[in-house]
Amino acid sequence: MQKTLVVVGNGMVGHRLVAAVRERDRAGEWRVVVFGEEARPAYDRVALTSYVDDWDAGRLALAEHDRDVEVRLGDPVVSIDRAACTVTSASGAVLGYDALVLATGSYPFVPPVPGHDLPGCHVYRTIDDLDGIRDYASRIRRGRRAALVVGGGLLGLEAAKALRDLGLSPHVVELAPWLMPLQVDAGGGALLRRLITDLDVTVHAGTGTKAIERDGERLVAKLGNGTELDVDLVVFAAGVRPRDSLAAAAGLALGERGGVVVDSACRTDDPHVWAVGECACVGGRVHGLVAPGYAMAEVVADRLLGGTATFAEADTATKLKLLGVDVASFGDAHARAEGALEVVLNDAVSGSYKKLVLSDDASTLLGGVLVGDASAYAALRPLVGRPVPVDPVGLLAGAEPAGTLPADAQVCSCHAVTRAAVDGAIAEGCADVPALKACTKAGTGCGSCVPMLKRLLGEAGVVQSKALCEHFTQSRVELFEIVRTTGVRTFSDLVARHGTGRGCDVCKPAVASMLASTGGGHVLDGEQAALQDTNDHFLANLQRNGTYSVVPRIPGGEITPHRLMVIAQVAQDYGLYTKITGGQRIDLFGARVEDLPAIWRRLVDAGFESGHAYGKALRTVKSCVGSTWCRYGVQDSVRMAIELELRYRGLRSPHKIKAGVSGCARECAEARGKDFGVIATEHGWNLYVAGNGGFTPRHAQLLVSDVDSATLVRLIDRFLMFYVRTADRLQRTSAWLESLDGGLDHLREVIVDDTLGVCADLEAAMARHVESYSDEWRGVLDDPDKLARFTSFVNAPGAPDPTVTFREERGQRVPVLLGVPEVVG
Amino acid sequence: MTVVCALSDLLPDRGAAALLPSGEQVALFRTGAGEVFALSNIDPFSRAAVLSRGIVGDLDGVPVVASPMHKQHFDLRTGTCVEDRAVSVRVYRVRVEAGQVVVAA
Ligand SMILES: Cc1cc2nc3c(=O)[nH]c(=O)nc-3n(C[C@H](O)[C@H](O)[C@H](O)COP(=O)(O)OP(=O)(O)OC[C@H]3O[C@@H](n4cnc5c(N)ncnc54)[C@H](O)[C@@H]3O)c2cc1C
Repeated sequence: MQKTLVVVGNGMVGHRLVAAVRERDRAGEWRVVVFGEEARPAYDRVALTSYVDDWDAGRLALAEHDRDVEVRLGDPVVSIDRAACTVTSASGAVLGYDALVLATGSYPFVPPVPGHDLPGCHVYRTIDDLDGIRDYASRIRRGRRAALVVGGGLLGLEAAKALRDLGLSPHVVELAPWLMPLQVDAGGGALLRRLITDLDVTVHAGTGTKAIERDGERLVAKLGNGTELDVDLVVFAAGVRPRDSLAAAAGLALGERGGVVVDSACRTDDPHVWAVGECACVGGRVHGLVAPGYAMAEVVADRLLGGTATFAEADTATKLKLLGVDVASFGDAHARAEGALEVVLNDAVSGSYKKLVLSDDASTLLGGVLVGDASAYAALRPLVGRPVPVDPVGLLAGAEPAGTLPADAQVCSCHAVTRAAVDGAIAEGCADVPALKACTKAGTGCGSCVPMLKRLLGEAGVVQSKALCEHFTQSRVELFEIVRTTGVRTFSDLVARHGTGRGCDVCKPAVASMLASTGGGHVLDGEQAALQDTNDHFLANLQRNGTYSVVPRIPGGEITPHRLMVIAQVAQDYGLYTKITGGQRIDLFGARVEDLPAIWRRLVDAGFESGHAYGKALRTVKSCVGSTWCRYGVQDSVRMAIELELRYRGLRSPHKIKAGVSGCARECAEARGKDFGVIATEHGWNLYVAGNGGFTPRHAQLLVSDVDSATLVRLIDRFLMFYVRTADRLQRTSAWLESLDGGLDHLREVIVDDTLGVCADLEAAMARHVESYSDEWRGVLDDPDKLARFTSFVNAPGAPDPTVTFREERGQRVPVLLGVPEVVG
Repeated sequence: MTVVCALSDLLPDRGAAALLPSGEQVALFRTGAGEVFALSNIDPFSRAAVLSRGIVGDLDGVPVVASPMHKQHFDLRTGTCVEDRAVSVRVYRVRVEAGQVVVAA
């Protein structure tokens, strides 16, 4: 008989519990039913604030369970009958259980100040809360808008960021003398305040909120120190309380400060009932972070399947980026241990504060605080409770302690992965971070351990060789710089001066691409022709029978009936198989090498240009129909797509580049599946970068929002040129972004804030590209030397390849493949 | 013996195909070092007549062509596939006489 597991709460921990049970329950022992109060699928609450970036709840969704899991959304459990072992939901459903897991999380604590329930007062916990805040903020009709955040901890600063991104000026009020008192000490708090104030957030520390009063359409907040603030909106972010009332009503024991009391197996004193996550009180403590909740979920999943796991002491270490400021705290951050010693490096100039807490004999690392620069976190956190490997000041200044990291130290606290497990995976062949992620799950949670994973790979001797191939020890990026700065213009020169041997099918096309993106000139000029892959050599795409396909450019997917007829006539005359591509153009298959010039003569005469479907280059800028026709469109997406496609056509790059422009948030152009995607807003455009379809689909991420057309084009110029210059060979933009230290934030710093001072140069390079563009096919047709190469046989220029034959399928010609060729002796 | 083309018809480090009287196709390669090689034009993996359109280079000092279809390399001297030594393509004897490329077939 299958037993029934009922899970109350479809938050982060409830979701993890179900995933963990499904993963372990190979035999199908448990039928799993989840009740969720929120009406939407489980989502990443830790990333809640990023919802403001694009208001795309789908992006936050956690992985879906398999179909056998029954999830009842928007139907909270209202009572538990422990005698009958049943739960009753708001919709009236009554369900029996063999095991019941409470994963009801927390609710926001709203201090009982007068006026806390006035319109305009919000809390900050769910997507619905954020929708409510957005809705209210959008109705404020005045110039300078301000908001008050009650609480200066993690939640309060998250809320301040959301409000700032919504265009309000946030004030944060914190009762304690400094921000984030739970995580950081006074020194770190002081720096944090300075950094946060620089970001247009006003901090009022060491005072409380006494009352909130209505003042016409606005609110007045009265602080304990006498300050009165005129604000439009208030967000309470003053902590959370466990949601334990369901358990209390069922007679289960609660902790002193709330929370469902459970033992180290996360079980209540009713053997059928368990509690996990923020609603649980384990070892007398309630935990407000996701990692301990995940650990509890794993314990219960193990127990439900006959295991004996227990919940060990929770790791409360955290690394956060709040308003762009790094904050990390781990172990005994407040030096509470008897006789604990502190080593502090407070660099007011560069804006970083680092503190280590050591045992009284300075031999053991107990904890630490990092503000402003938390790059040492991944290396330091696993060392808590262990001997300090090197001089502590050196450790703070960035000495590498990895060599001494013990095997049982936890590298990834989100998924409880030890160094031994990572080393094991490396020994079994994981050779890079993505492979380690897939194999161990390390690094797939908060991601803070990724630098450590890289370091462990390095230590294990997995040399991440950057050499392009055996002919060049340099990486593509380094070679690109050489080509760009030395003015070397031929492959033979480059390999003679900077490489060895004669080159190969890896380095030759890569260098050809660099020459093309730095110097202009035709890709088949002189020696360059011999470097090209067959596709670039014949400016067409090789197909499996040795024929080619032809793709004329159709910018933005817009085409006149006349031109459509030209394509149809050419296809008809040359017997080409015709198919519509995913990029809104038309692919003509089965063209013989010797027919390519004649086919293109007719296409070029009708005004077509090369579509570069054969190149590692810009392919298409797909568009929806936009505001010209569409009832919903807010901008002219077709015009923008055409402008972008014409601007970047012919740009050679490390890999193909695809783009899209949507005329409204409905996103019919699927722009977020592209290397760069543009989505219209009421006020301008949102720019997303580094998405792709293909083998590992990735959504593009928001780089900037609501920019005007000129800014948009300028940012895309910079983005593309930066990618062309710094990506590896055959690295799509998404993998490139993932490999950039600092990821999207770093990219934004470089190409939006221009922190490296390279933007003018990137723009100038793009301007040169735009200036020097000319159609490659026209270039061939105008040049008898280039035309002469388009033959199947050097000794029989007009003769077709006799091995190419076709048959009919659904009214068109498709290739007949050769048998294994006989070797004639 | 068949004269297939002039040496000057072949670009350094690039191939070209020639049609023999028997109907066979040879892929001719002229390396940057000035040597000329001839292999069957048919890629044994894809069975398409495309080897002449591959990129010419060297691996560990061995002159090779990379099939344009799926990038296996063939030793220009022996026709052996570098990635799978059990596979090879036919090698034709070839020489240059008075500026003309002559294939033994
Ligand atoms: C803005 C923000 C930023 C955060 N940042 C971090 C961070 O950086 N690091 C970190 O570790 N943690 C962070 N947290 C905390 C983290 O989100 C929580 O620790 C985590 O979500 C706890 O998971 P949970 O499943 O216990 O609770 P929740 O995720 O709150 O899920 C509980 C779910 O149960 C539902 N529920 C309640 N009662 C019932 C019922 N009777 N029937 C059915 N369903 C019910 C609720 O509606 C809710 O959906 C952050 C939280 C917020 C709000």
